[in-house]
Amino acid sequence: MIRAIAQAIAVLLAVALIAFSMFRYVGDPVANMVGAETTQQEIWELRERLGLTDPLPVQFARFVTNAAQGEFGISYRQGRRVSTLIAERLPATVELALLSALFASVFGTILGIYTAIRRHGWLSHAIMTVSLIGVSLPTFLIGIGLIYLFAVELRWLPSFGRGEVVKFGWWTTGLLTESGRKSLVLPVLTLGFFQLTLIMRLVRAQMLETFRTDYVKFSRARGLPEWRINFKHALANAMIPVVTIIGLQLGAVVAFAIITESVFQWPGLGAMFVQAVQFVDIPVMAAYLLFVGLVFVVTNLLVDLFYVVLDPRLRSDRTTTK
Amino acid sequence: MTEPALSVRNLRVEFFGRRGKLVAIDDVSFDVAKGEILGMVGESGAGKSVTGAAIVGLIEHPGRMTRGEIRLKGDRIDHLPAAGMRKIRGKRIGMVFQDPLSSLNPLFQIGDQIVETMRAHLDISKADARRRAVKLLDEVGIPAAASRVDSYPHQLSGGMRQRVVLALVLCTEPELIIADEPTTALDVSVQAQIIALIKALAKNYGTSVMLITHDLGVVAEIADRVAVMYAGRLVEIGSVRDVLKGAKHPYSQGLVSAIPTLRQGAGALRQIPGAMPRLHAMPNGCAFHTRCQFVFERCRVERPMPVRSGDIEVACWLHGKAVGTGP
Amino acid sequence: MSEPIPGSWQRFRARLERVWDSDLTYSFRTSPIAIIAGCMTAILLVLALMAPWVAPQDAFDVAAVRLEDGFLRPLERGSTGILHLAGTDSQGRDVLSAILYGARVSLLVGFASVAFSMAMGVALGLAAGFLGGRVDAVIMRIADVQLSFPAILIALLVFGIARGFIHPSQHEQVAVYVLIISIGLSHWASYARTVRSSTLVERNKEYVQAARVMGRDNTAIMFEHVMPNVVGPVLVIATINLALAVIEEATLSFLGVGVPPTQPSLGTLIRVGQQFLFSGEWWILLFPSIALIILSLSINLLGDWLRDALNPRLK
Repeated sequence: MIRAIAQAIAVLLAVALIAFSMFRYVGDPVANMVGAETTQQEIWELRERLGLTDPLPVQFARFVTNAAQGEFGISYRQGRRVSTLIAERLPATVELALLSALFASVFGTILGIYTAIRRHGWLSHAIMTVSLIGVSLPTFLIGIGLIYLFAVELRWLPSFGRGEVVKFGWWTTGLLTESGRKSLVLPVLTLGFFQLTLIMRLVRAQMLETFRTDYVKFSRARGLPEWRINFKHALANAMIPVVTIIGLQLGAVVAFAIITESVFQWPGLGAMFVQAVQFVDIPVMAAYLLFVGLVFVVTNLLVDLFYVVLDPRLRSDRTTTK
Repeated sequence: MTEPALSVRNLRVEFFGRRGKLVAIDDVSFDVAKGEILGMVGESGAGKSVTGAAIVGLIEHPGRMTRGEIRLKGDRIDHLPAAGMRKIRGKRIGMVFQDPLSSLNPLFQIGDQIVETMRAHLDISKADARRRAVKLLDEVGIPAAASRVDSYPHQLSGGMRQRVVLALVLCTEPELIIADEPTTALDVSVQAQIIALIKALAKNYGTSVMLITHDLGVVAEIADRVAVMYAGRLVEIGSVRDVLKGAKHPYSQGLVSAIPTLRQGAGALRQIPGAMPRLHAMPNGCAFHTRCQFVFERCRVERPMPVRSGDIEVACWLHGKAVGTGP
Repeated sequence: MSEPIPGSWQRFRARLERVWDSDLTYSFRTSPIAIIAGCMTAILLVLALMAPWVAPQDAFDVAAVRLEDGFLRPLERGSTGILHLAGTDSQGRDVLSAILYGARVSLLVGFASVAFSMAMGVALGLAAGFLGGRVDAVIMRIADVQLSFPAILIALLVFGIARGFIHPSQHEQVAVYVLIISIGLSHWASYARTVRSSTLVERNKEYVQAARVMGRDNTAIMFEHVMPNVVGPVLVIATINLALAVIEEATLSFLGVGVPPTQPSLGTLIRVGQQFLFSGEWWILLFPSIALIILSLSINLLGDWLRDALNPRLK
């Protein structure tokens, strides 16, 4: 347990190191702030004031402490504080990510169970084929396809933006307005589609594997009803790895949001990051990197904890006896 | 004569693969009387486990039972639909597999698994089922059954788990138990306990047992009769005493003489030369003739079926009514 | 000796027969999907590579811009006499030619990045497996961390950092190389993992110890003995990675951080096409999308089949 936390912190520090290196070595922060007529003396003084002449470990420590408080300096491109930028865009991405993960988990599990139990039926084959195609398609194409179908042809849903949002302190949500909810549909579907196919195939593969185990064979030999074997014995064992993977996926979802946000012009962190890459806006890039790193590390930790709860074999409090 | 607990006639099981059809069980017939323990022996791949699986209808694709009749106490069970077969499995026929740890679902407590088996077949309340489960665990020799009933499989040792499996199989009081290598995965010291337990339980409940094993020693310990399988065929069947003392089929003779005894003294163990033929390369006539020291012309051409010779049934041209046409 | 030593022609025939009879080819012959996917990939590859000769128009030629030919519908003929099978874009460029050239760029970047990541991954995997100890620990730790991050993110990051180092005026020229390196860097870890475990297995086998005793040095042993065993899984990873690389490139170009606009790939074409979604010039978006779909789908199916065919556990 302690080891897991220690490892997590280590990874975070490594990510911070990369972010910090980006700050220091890529481009010149000072160059962005001075005009053509500043003298060498003034430049040197500026460097000193910004702390750029301090020894490296000191600078790194300062960077980490600042970052821990959410302070990342000023965006090169927009001139605003990075932390404000992040605060503005965070709710959009979080809403999108969580909703799509929920959608994908629920439907992915259901479809996975179905295609495992009825694995030779035509519907299962059809679903598997569609999923195979879906996995091969790049996310942005799916998004565009959905936009074409629902926004252009059918005109049921909007094709970009978040619609009207309601503010709670610094948080904004689109769930409380109709236009907000409508705007959420297509992006959630797009972001969730890839996850859904992944989860579905995973659940199916795990279920099929549990069908081959001795305890399922023994359950059949005991004459237990088919539904009980499927939904209690097989499912319970199949879901353990699935749940952990769903958890681990959460970090990736936040990153994949980059693409979806670009397609739908969703004002979230992903779109912000793409702009930052385009304009080499280092503070924003570094902040995003740390944010994603944090999400990954936290979700990994939570998944590890959860695993112990789920699998009785990992609970070492009881002792074995002869 | 009373109805035998199990009656198998002309059983044939085939596997359909990429290279054609393989006959895993070829025209096998035998009976198991009520309360009797029949040992089924043979080397790996001889078809013992497949026979057991065929009886309970658990042969999986690409295998199929293509011919034969199986009767349980006179009731024909081989052509039942899936729902009917499920009711028989577990309730009237219990099956014990080789590896006790993997037979139990690691995520659920052992009491839970016993209770669900009972409730699947009997009309019994949860509370009653749980009480019976505790009693059963006690009967199979699990100490402190009342507190152990809530343990998880991984918290018990191998011998304990096999006892739990036996409890699971007995909880519905079946007429027949098929035990497929129940002791192979256990320590030698535990093996003896489990074997004795099986015998005692069978006697208490009046259950017939079909004990599938490659270990003649186990058969000698507790079985009443023994059937010898070779390459998917039944080559000899008779009472344990008759077969062990005076086996008539050359293969059985080889098997029996290969058991080391204290009387033998130091010396090489006798081996049967050659190996059992693979299913896709079966010789004509008698399956054993390529390794048999008594082979003659008829063995190479015609397959011998089991015939009565004394108190034993044996499938060999050396014996039985056909003995007049020998060498 | 009664048997003649087989001549080289007989040996060759025997080898061909073995390959034809092998499980791999059998599984290919009997899987209609694999055959179709294989053929599609081959066709697209050939078409794309031959783009300069096959395409009706040189899509990158600035002089080819004829604004009066703009927005022609599919199957219309332009002022230069070319039949525009897929219509033209806002600048009068033939969409079909753009697709062929675009596919060429996508495939070039794809193959190059796969080669890069394979070389890097295999080398690091061999090093980790064979040298063990600290080297192994460091390499594998980095690989593990990287594998838990999505490739897109890594590619974007590398791209952004590289951009920071390169002067803006040179951005366009080196964009393709930076792209190849960033996509390549995002995928090396899976090769490294597989190669490392194979190396660890092989390392303990007798013939490696025998080679050591005979005095062969480490690198020679690694390449000669470990490589053949590793080829299979690496091929599977490479095929799957090719599809991933093509999609990644398309995505990056779609986002605007991929290939420069002067050498549009399929992703760039789609990005441009999206603007016209509402205004009705559907062909500018549809055809490049179809091309990308067919391309990635065929490669993916091929990779799937390859993985199933080479998987010993499923046999």
